[in-house]
Amino acid sequence: MTLNQITKYLPYKAPFLFVDELTYVDDHSAEGTFFFKETSDFYKGHFKDFPVTPGVILIECCAQIGLVCLGIYLLQGEIEAKQDAKLKIAMSSSDMEFYLPIFPNEKVKVVSEKVYFRFGKLKCKVKLFNADGALACKGTLAGMFKQNSDEE
Amino acid sequence: MQEEKYQKLKAIVQTYLPDDVSAEEIQLESNFTQELNINSANLVDIVLDVEDAFDIMLENEDMDGMQTVKDALEIIDTKLAAK
Repeated sequence: MTLNQITKYLPYKAPFLFVDELTYVDDHSAEGTFFFKETSDFYKGHFKDFPVTPGVILIECCAQIGLVCLGIYLLQGEIEAKQDAKLKIAMSSSDMEFYLPIFPNEKVKVVSEKVYFRFGKLKCKVKLFNADGALACKGTLAGMFKQNSDEE
Repeated sequence: MQEEKYQKLKAIVQTYLPDDVSAEEIQLESNFTQELNINSANLVDIVLDVEDAFDIMLENEDMDGMQTVKDALEIIDTKLAAK
């Protein structure tokens, strides 16, 4: 699967897609970027008269690039074998620390490193860097992946 | 010997119990997800800890068959016997 194909399998779309480009992926890691447009709705309220990207959105960005893109890559065999099946995903835990704010119109880079992928659970250490390459947040995220052809 | 395994497993399970479930509720027949309210992600962690504690490897089908504490003990026994 190419980097482009992986992002096509992402089950998100605007306004809740936080992956512009997946720039690298292998069995142990993934890297990607996202540009936070100032027109995003959440800047109107977070904060009043002082737009800063909410931490939960940064976690989501880390999860979409670091967990979901990597998960799709790791499961590519099953995904391609069962084209009609739906990939079901869920975030199961997040433990993040924040160091720097991300402002509107900033391009961030997410780097993810696999801790383990067993029994459908992918756990990763993720880092998000701001436009200057400084570490803005980091932590550990985990999610569950299920490729189901039947309902349930 | 069996009791020792049971206590070892119980100690592992205990760390993943949600706040509203007490350690006394772990019984042989307890269902991990239905009764002990352990989610599927934490069930994976239990399996990984069991692998380390008993020095065994579990497969996907073992995971599917692991509904109760008793199921887990049986799987541990099978794996230990096969070593």
